[in-house]
Amino acid sequence: MSTTAEAMIDVRVWRGGEEGEYQAFSVPRRDSQTVLDIVTWIQRHADPTLAYRFACRVGVCGSCAMTVNGRPRWTCRTHVSKVIEDGRLEIGPLANLPVIRDLAADMTPFFDKWQKAEGTFVPSRTRHEPLETISPDSAERQAADAAIECINCGVCYAACDTVRWSPEYFGPAALNRAWTLVNDVRDTGNLKRLAAAASSGGCHNCHSHQSCEQLCPKGLNPTASIAGLKRRTMQAYIRGEIS
Amino acid sequence: MSAVRLYVWQRLTALLMVPLIVVHLIVIIYATNRGLSAADILDRTRGSVAWGLFYALFVAAASIHGAIGVRGVAREWLGLRDTALDRLMWIFGVVLVVLGLRAVYAVVAT
Amino acid sequence: MSTTPHTTAYRRDRLWLAAMVHRVSGVLLAAFLPLHFLVLGLAIRGEAELDGFLQWTKSPLVKFAELGLVLLLAIHLLGGIRVLLIENMPWREGQKQMATIAAVAAVGIGCVFLVALL
Repeated sequence: MSTTAEAMIDVRVWRGGEEGEYQAFSVPRRDSQTVLDIVTWIQRHADPTLAYRFACRVGVCGSCAMTVNGRPRWTCRTHVSKVIEDGRLEIGPLANLPVIRDLAADMTPFFDKWQKAEGTFVPSRTRHEPLETISPDSAERQAADAAIECINCGVCYAACDTVRWSPEYFGPAALNRAWTLVNDVRDTGNLKRLAAAASSGGCHNCHSHQSCEQLCPKGLNPTASIAGLKRRTMQAYIRGEIS
Repeated sequence: MSAVRLYVWQRLTALLMVPLIVVHLIVIIYATNRGLSAADILDRTRGSVAWGLFYALFVAAASIHGAIGVRGVAREWLGLRDTALDRLMWIFGVVLVVLGLRAVYAVVAT
Repeated sequence: MSTTPHTTAYRRDRLWLAAMVHRVSGVLLAAFLPLHFLVLGLAIRGEAELDGFLQWTKSPLVKFAELGLVLLLAIHLLGGIRVLLIENMPWREGQKQMATIAAVAAVGIGCVFLVALL
């Protein structure tokens, strides 16, 4: 009687910073295994020095995104069965961001650009005033609602070749955030926000490659949000509010 | 030139060119079918104010659209800075307008 | 051995390819325009001058290049309409299908040109 050989996956994992190489590991295949499970197995059983980032493991915190077989994914909710190609997985850090080490990318430029895109709520009321009543059925609220579930995972930013080719571009997530605020009737920061959206890092960089829309794990559509910003900035430009 | 200004000009000229290109494609296919000769082309265009205006508008729109488009590609793929990009855009656009209007004159003037 | 961590399989995706087709066709059309204008400008020196050039275009190789130009113009037009719709109209699902339809229609226009040519 021979025991059935355990099914294994050939996994290649990025080691190093900007310079480095892919290192091969053989990882046992399990049912319902996620890419994050693979990375965790490697750190626990093969090489404890492997650097990676995760927190919630259930698709809420947005910290575990990596490049998996050439596409950015949230690894905690990406099943191996969905992304494996010819029995192989290649796992690297998110693209378009500096590499800290191994699978951990430096998210600083990503979040800096949220600030540059004026992705901050500018309230029209103070905490001492009563809450404003917003109808969930209003067109503005529905437009905002369509784009608010972003978890800041950076998948869209890493998938965007426009970010890769114009490093000052704010990217899909920051502009998607700006679009939710443009539609928020409680917010008063729109003139500044539209000026930011019309600046050299803004929405007009977007060529609608739609990689963000195709890969957003939350099913959001930053391409559509950015198109909304293009329309609003064009109106503001024609009215002479921005130049 | 500001990003929004470039965007507005590029998209407006794009929209303007949609019907122009449709007519152009029809003319290309029609002229090709007849065996593409100078006499054929010039019979249609010489002394025609309508075709003159059509092609002059087409040249202007295509020059603006193309120059801004080339600027955008050069920005992303050649990594040029803003002053170099603006220079490239203006030179290319002006060359296109001059050559284009000269061509319109050549086929329309009697 | 890859010395960069960033691989790009998403560049096989249909909509990414559609964007590149749009860009490359635009650059090629922009490169062709000055030549196009120079050729038509030959008519300044009279019909014979232009006709002389058009005789040269009767060669099969040039006809093949003309088919390429018609395809470039058609795909740039149709892809451009798709972009204008994305940017200026409410979002419409099925963009992959739209891109495919644009490509097929462009090939169709190319076929009409071929029929006209032969």
